[in-house]
Amino acid sequence: MFEQIIFYSFGTMLLLSALMVISVRNPVYAALFLVLAFFSTSAIWLLLRAEFLAIVLVLVYVGAVMVLFLFVVMMLDINLARLRAGFMRYLPAGALVALVLAASMVLVVGGEGFNEIRESGLAERGPAYSNTAELGEALFTAYLYPLEIAGAILLVAIIAAIALTQRAKRETKAQNPDAQVAVRRQDRVRLVKMSSERDSE
Amino acid sequence: MLEMIRQMLNATVGQIVPAAWQAQTVEVMLIVMQITIILTPLMLCVAYMVYAERKVIGSIQGRIGPNRVGAFGYRLAGLGQPIADALKLILKEIIIPTGSNKFLFVIAPILSMAPAVAAWAVIPFAADTVLADINAGLLYVLALTSLAVYGVIIAGWASNSKYAFLGAMRSAAQIVAYEIAMGFALVGVVVAAGSLNLGQIINAQSGSLLHWYWLPLLPFFVVYFISGVAETNRAPFDVAEGESEIVAGFHVEYSGMAFSLFFLAEYANIILISVLSAVLFLGGWLSPFEGVLPKSAFTLPVIGSVLGGGIHWLLLKTSLFIFVFLWLRATFPRYRYDQIMRLGWKVFIPITLVWLVVIATLAKLQITPWFN
Amino acid sequence: MLSNYLPILIFLIIGLLMGVVMLALGFILSPRRPDAEKQSPYECGFEAFEDARMQFDVRYYLVAILFIIFDLEIAFLFPWGVVLDQIGWAGFWAMMVFLGLLTVGFVYEWKKGALEWE
Repeated sequence: MFEQIIFYSFGTMLLLSALMVISVRNPVYAALFLVLAFFSTSAIWLLLRAEFLAIVLVLVYVGAVMVLFLFVVMMLDINLARLRAGFMRYLPAGALVALVLAASMVLVVGGEGFNEIRESGLAERGPAYSNTAELGEALFTAYLYPLEIAGAILLVAIIAAIALTQRAKRETKAQNPDAQVAVRRQDRVRLVKMSSERDSE
Repeated sequence: MLEMIRQMLNATVGQIVPAAWQAQTVEVMLIVMQITIILTPLMLCVAYMVYAERKVIGSIQGRIGPNRVGAFGYRLAGLGQPIADALKLILKEIIIPTGSNKFLFVIAPILSMAPAVAAWAVIPFAADTVLADINAGLLYVLALTSLAVYGVIIAGWASNSKYAFLGAMRSAAQIVAYEIAMGFALVGVVVAAGSLNLGQIINAQSGSLLHWYWLPLLPFFVVYFISGVAETNRAPFDVAEGESEIVAGFHVEYSGMAFSLFFLAEYANIILISVLSAVLFLGGWLSPFEGVLPKSAFTLPVIGSVLGGGIHWLLLKTSLFIFVFLWLRATFPRYRYDQIMRLGWKVFIPITLVWLVVIATLAKLQITPWFN
Repeated sequence: MLSNYLPILIFLIIGLLMGVVMLALGFILSPRRPDAEKQSPYECGFEAFEDARMQFDVRYYLVAILFIIFDLEIAFLFPWGVVLDQIGWAGFWAMMVFLGLLTVGFVYEWKKGALEWE
């Protein structure tokens, strides 16, 4: 009962904030509503006992991805009128994507993997049970190959990001701190012994 | 103690709330009470840390620091200063600039305050004394500290002031750079302890002073603490508010209580980083005499509980780190921005990467004495 | 397990409430005497020339993108650290390969000057 109240309040919050993401005019507000949506999702995942995934959702999506979104949204001069003009044109394509997503979700949740949960509910584990350990064991024994593929994809992402933003090398005038620190006295200062002289008149 | 209060609450709540709700209501009330017990001293510490900062930096620079504001005609070495400051700030006008985005401008200080406070839910204060004993405690702390950037970005953008915006962008890029090094350092702790639960991490360090992770994980310890200084935008990494270039950075437009919320959040974050350093690398509430004195010493009536592990050791270690924060501020000149980014990306990340591989190999091979 | 997260939910709510209450106190107790000069954005004595929300160097985006990638890597490393004892050498070497791939990426961005700030 208590759990259901929490579920429905976060569920409502998730739906409302998702709706706001696509309907508010200010893109910064939209990004912040997306953050709220991620938070509510995280709470719902927690209710499903997926503690590791729930916290990683906050860590990666809220703590990193949305920071990039905010960077882009805050610093680019986005022409709102032009963006909104395309709304009707893209509506059919968007609706199609939404349908495909909804269908695949129904297929997954209705599939065999969820049979157990649908019949007997979530298994209640003791306090010593660690969701993270369970996930780690699966990931690093049974799913090694997908893990390496993920690593390769991340590598591609790094290279792509750099290739896209690379500009011509600027002539920099900044100091090189390594060289600065490595300087020795002998390189810079020369003490010259001279016998004292007097101007001849 | 807890059981006693629970029974008392049960008796009173039972008469007001329907029976189906009694257990939950009592539970929530208990939690709120415990949170109050954590938050009240924390807020006092935050207020008096400002005083401590002025005193410490004063004495490092051969000055006295605040010594006038006392109470009832006594000066009390200026101990009334934080209260006077709080009263002053609460009575000052909160200016909302014309060009600003009003809603976000007001909400930004709240967003920077909440995560700094909420991270305290998982800190273990003594053996088995923790509010939320969750298995992913370390991950939770990392997630919450990564939220600190929102208050800064939103404040900088909502102010619609060039200084604020510049400060916010600098601060965001800096926080982001040091968070990676911080994350790698924390992974090192996880590898050594084999758990994400903060209580278990402390227990894994028991043995003696040399078993605490500051020694086996020395590079991570150094990287973690320095990254913590950088994440809280403290000197010498305070380019985000660099007074001499961008006046105060992201909170230049804030005044009164809105400003003091940012201020409180910064100090709450400092205390948080200090207590985390103590928990992760200095054995938390473990006693430094463990393994040094004979076991019988800890069973002595009064001295035993002082010498043995307990919250007093955690507080002592935390104070040590807080002092280092102040000491750094009094000692070092401000880093240049490109040097900050260089340190984060080109020094800390390679160090932590290499040391992570070393630590993981040692742990895997069960090399004694640290990973037995 | 779930009951352990209830304090966290309440703590977050109290954290937010604390900020709201303190700010509300400030608004209630403090005077409000707005005037045009006081509310103008802070500049060096001049009127503001242009909107403060300017375009920024693309490298800020690059840093943010690289941050996401490394953050994901850390998210993979945490469960690995927890179960290092149970996954045998295969799991250990799998992560080493994974780390190696990302180190290649890291060296690439270093050599390309993506980490250079001038």
